[in-house]
Amino acid sequence: MSTPAAASGKPQARADQPKPAGGKEKIAIGDRFRLWWNSLSRPTQWAVGVPFIILLALLPVVRPPGISTVGTDFGGVMAQFGMIALIAIGLNVVVGQTGLLDLGYVGFYAVGAYTVGLLTSPDSPWNQTGDGGWLSAKWAWLAVLPIAVAITAISGLILGTPTLRLRGDYLAIVTLGFGEIVRLLADNLDTLTRGGQGLSQVAYPRLGESDTAMNGVFAAGYSNGGNINNGVWWFWLSLLLIVLVLLGVGNLERSRVGRSWVAIREDEDAAEIMGVPTFRFKLWAFVIGAGIGGLSGALYAGQVQFVVPTNFNVINSMLFLCAVVLGGQGNKLGVILGAFIVVYLPNYFLGRTEFLWWNINGNAIADYKYLFFGLALIVLMIFRPQGLIPVRQKLMTYGRQIWLAARGKRTKFDDNPAGSDKPGSTAAAEVSR
Amino acid sequence: MSFLALSSGPLLSNDVISFDIANLGRSFFQSTLDGLEWGAIYALVAVGYTLVYGVLRLINFAHSEVFMAGMFGQYAALMALGFTPNGNAYNEGPVMTILYLGIAMLAGMAVSCVVAVSLERVAYRPLRKRSAPPLVFLITAIGASFVLQEFVHFVLPNLTGQTLGGVNAQQPIKLVNREELFSVGDGSVSNLTLILVLSALVLTGITDIIVNRTKFGRGIRAVAQDPTTATLMGVSRERVIMLTFAIGGILAGAAALLYTLKIPNGIIFNGGFILGIKAFSAAVLGGIGNLRGALLGGLILGVAENWGQYIFGNNWKDVIAFALLVLVLMFRPTGILGEKLGRARA
Amino acid sequence: MHRVAMRGALVVVAAATLTLAACGSKSADGGSSNANAGGGGTTQTTETGSAGGGAAGSAAGGGDSSAASGGGSAAASGGGTASGGATAIKPVEQISPEGAKVEQKSASNAANPAGDGKAKCSGVNIGMAGALTGANAALGINILNGAKVAIDEHNKANPDCQVQIKQFDTEGDPQKATQVAPSIVNDKTVVGLLGPAFSGETKATEPIFSQAGLLSLTASATNPDLTKQGWKNFFRGLGNDNSQGGAIANYMTKELGYKKICVVQDDSDYGVGLAKVVTETLGDAADSSCAAKVKTGDKDFSATVNQIKGASPDAVYYAGYYAEAAPFVSQLRGADVKATFVSADGTNDPQFVKQAGNAASGAILTCPCGPAPADFAKKYQDLNKIAPGVYSVDAYDLTTIMLKGIDSGITDRAKLIDYVKSYEGQGLAKDYKWDDTGELAVANPWVYKVG
Repeated sequence: MSTPAAASGKPQARADQPKPAGGKEKIAIGDRFRLWWNSLSRPTQWAVGVPFIILLALLPVVRPPGISTVGTDFGGVMAQFGMIALIAIGLNVVVGQTGLLDLGYVGFYAVGAYTVGLLTSPDSPWNQTGDGGWLSAKWAWLAVLPIAVAITAISGLILGTPTLRLRGDYLAIVTLGFGEIVRLLADNLDTLTRGGQGLSQVAYPRLGESDTAMNGVFAAGYSNGGNINNGVWWFWLSLLLIVLVLLGVGNLERSRVGRSWVAIREDEDAAEIMGVPTFRFKLWAFVIGAGIGGLSGALYAGQVQFVVPTNFNVINSMLFLCAVVLGGQGNKLGVILGAFIVVYLPNYFLGRTEFLWWNINGNAIADYKYLFFGLALIVLMIFRPQGLIPVRQKLMTYGRQIWLAARGKRTKFDDNPAGSDKPGSTAAAEVSR
Repeated sequence: MSFLALSSGPLLSNDVISFDIANLGRSFFQSTLDGLEWGAIYALVAVGYTLVYGVLRLINFAHSEVFMAGMFGQYAALMALGFTPNGNAYNEGPVMTILYLGIAMLAGMAVSCVVAVSLERVAYRPLRKRSAPPLVFLITAIGASFVLQEFVHFVLPNLTGQTLGGVNAQQPIKLVNREELFSVGDGSVSNLTLILVLSALVLTGITDIIVNRTKFGRGIRAVAQDPTTATLMGVSRERVIMLTFAIGGILAGAAALLYTLKIPNGIIFNGGFILGIKAFSAAVLGGIGNLRGALLGGLILGVAENWGQYIFGNNWKDVIAFALLVLVLMFRPTGILGEKLGRARA
Repeated sequence: MHRVAMRGALVVVAAATLTLAACGSKSADGGSSNANAGGGGTTQTTETGSAGGGAAGSAAGGGDSSAASGGGSAAASGGGTASGGATAIKPVEQISPEGAKVEQKSASNAANPAGDGKAKCSGVNIGMAGALTGANAALGINILNGAKVAIDEHNKANPDCQVQIKQFDTEGDPQKATQVAPSIVNDKTVVGLLGPAFSGETKATEPIFSQAGLLSLTASATNPDLTKQGWKNFFRGLGNDNSQGGAIANYMTKELGYKKICVVQDDSDYGVGLAKVVTETLGDAADSSCAAKVKTGDKDFSATVNQIKGASPDAVYYAGYYAEAAPFVSQLRGADVKATFVSADGTNDPQFVKQAGNAASGAILTCPCGPAPADFAKKYQDLNKIAPGVYSVDAYDLTTIMLKGIDSGITDRAKLIDYVKSYEGQGLAKDYKWDDTGELAVANPWVYKVG
């Protein structure tokens, strides 16, 4: 394979990535974090990761002043962060790992949300929760969740099959068109979706029903009297799903599929010649990405219990892309950070009247969010196209161990973490440094 | 009236999509004329996409905001000329109207041109210097698009004392009223129809001549065909690229004036977004990188979209445009007239 | 070379950021700056003239025939100065659900937020939830500013009872609203809420307020379904879409004698719901062959206009907002359609007249909201530096009701709900007395006319 074994940041940045000169060059904080993280052995990663996740989960419970939001409920913000993080992970599979620019990702989000809405809202003609329906009111949301993921994945298949043969930039525009078509259909097919009136009373998980919480902890309006409200529960649920999805995507990434994705991203023609069935793997990425988008859409429908087409406009697609690009395309953890920034920052300023020691008008700043995101995109693309926490590929089996050895650190070879690889089954595409 | 239910089963009692082909029959000429007016606007914007794509292989996603800037440019010029927006048409007599329109068009062109060229300078050139891949360009373009829109949305009103920009559309300054000149079948050909279609034909014609017959144009074609060789042969690539953005901007500025003649209430910060996507579709439809293709694609898209909305209803207009884009890309990604800017005329 | 380019870009970015920061602070004193851009002088009562200019008093005032518009295409004379009064939205009459005129009482007995000036309270506040930023901000700001007038009067008169209005921005987005709602509920000083402003966000958040037992008094959410959900805390301070739509439909057929009406709707919750009621009430008068659907954000209505032209109706009813209504009516008049343009509170905004010019004249607009009395308009203008808009008066009245409750010594949420439930009194816009579901007992919409 002709790919150089030199440093390659985000693929797009290959040409301009300064060649590392003996590790003496300045290392950005994101890079340093990644280096540190990669130098940990897998059990240590778990040992660090699990407490971190628990810490994150406790954040909206503790609500440390200065970090908590003022104008909006911190639990709700974190719930939204959870959904956008899922979206970012899904979009990352498509954009970051496979290098297919999808500008209509919000379409999959919408398909997921509308599947749940159509099957469980009393407003919908396809409602299955009422009399004669095959969904029990109590478990409807959970039962519909896999259906939503499946239908969204199928919609990804239907869209992907004809369009994935197109060149990259054409694909971007076609998906943009698709995203708009989904929204317009939801709007126009009003006998089904009630158009702009939306589908209300969408099902949600009925968990922990008691005298004080009549509809369970996921119901809008639930609060334990303190900081734990339904937003926090939704955040916890999405956190759980994020971990599951991360495990799945992570394993894929380290398997033959993931290596094919990277090969396609780096040079599709070369990959094809080397025997990678590019179309099939592109389709895989598209379908998996779509499924994750649908999962997030189902979460959205459950939390808000109300779906209308206006929530699924193109500008949201751009925002999702912003999260991926900001965090670092290709890096699962990076895009989660990106999602956090995209969701948290505007909410942080909302309703805030002072920041550190300045008096500010937080609402005005929140108003400017798209301006700031736009500027951030331009500046980032010019100065740091690899994102805040960029990715380095470790594709070779035992790649990390070799990499660590190359860095002069002594580590024991542990079991193959991915589990899906036969040792020595593949040649590495790239090894960091 | 013919209704046809796409899906009718136990789950669906009502029609999901109803269409009425007879309605198109009743208004065939009118819808075609409306479509041609739209097509003229799409075509002029599409030229900008096509030229930039031909030379740089870059979808200038922010071109729709170049167009939007043109709308505000011509509006500001009219205000500077002493027109007070009031929602009604002014009657200045033909000579003065043409003069004012000319000034407004020049102003629109100038603003669009400046925005397009500075976009190239600030956003794209640094990337090109490092030969960044197309994806990075596209994301930058999206960012630039955000910035320009939000600038007009929030910053411009503060800079101009709430006279320009903001969340509402500008109060219109109407210079020309639509008046019927003659009728063709059921359709009426108005003064605006002629202005729009003729302007588009003339301007794309001039651009075609510039690109195909002049020295500048030879440079553009050379760079489009083979940048390296062109540079070796003494063509300044940077200058050609700047020129390309400038031409695209100028035509977008012209399109902006035509658009505000047709839709006086359309001057708003996000007014270019959907139109830009459609114009891009038009460029792809005709064959991206192909000037005559852009004109043809624009007109076809405009007409198809209008026929569609007469059949399905006003609310299906955008769906038709996007569906057309998806279909064209799937079945003939090179467009009707084929791609190559360089081969448009050897 | 590389360095130079980087430095250049950095300078540009820095400059942009500086500009932004400057503008951010500039708009700090008036979060409302982006609403009603241009400071529309035209309101329901203050006839201070629109943006001046050559409107050239050709507005066909008076006359209630369907041809009252006199052709919007009438060209104004050469950009000259305005001679007559500029077109504005003027109140005509209040009508009953059957469309008949209702005699209105004078607003002299309207509740006054100032009270007797002896009220004592502390740590009691009122919340306001609605879109304060984003595309739908104009409406939320109208409401907030109306409420501010009441609070201002109250606090000036009652030095021992200083009530604050706490603003919560929902952007009009249901998901955002569900995030904002818990922080309203958790603010224990908030005893009553003015809002939410839109029906969609109300649907999404009302379970939260209901659970918390927080009074939710809306000045603008008009979806009829909202009062059918069994929420004990929800009261609507104005007539719903059914009462407005039904009344104007009857008014058109019975009072104005229209035989054939085209109903055009946009794709919003509001537009769809309103069009449904109007079409049903109109019965045979609603011509289904020229009924049409348009989209929020549309500016070109050629197909719809052509369809309506072919049907030559007496009137066109538009269920939607002014941003689309203005170009729509302009294009109707441009195509020589002379049918009366009838619409509702979504269009009842000074922007409608500003955008459509003479094409708007003769248009009939309803609103469940009352016209702003002149002295209210003045107080509002003095306090907020812009003219009152749709729902400002209603917000003022509703805030007054809550303030009176607070002045009577109420400090907890449950008692304030009881207070509102048994409240009966006159306001600036209308009489306030609620039925069991939280709808106004009598909700007669107002008819306005552009002229």
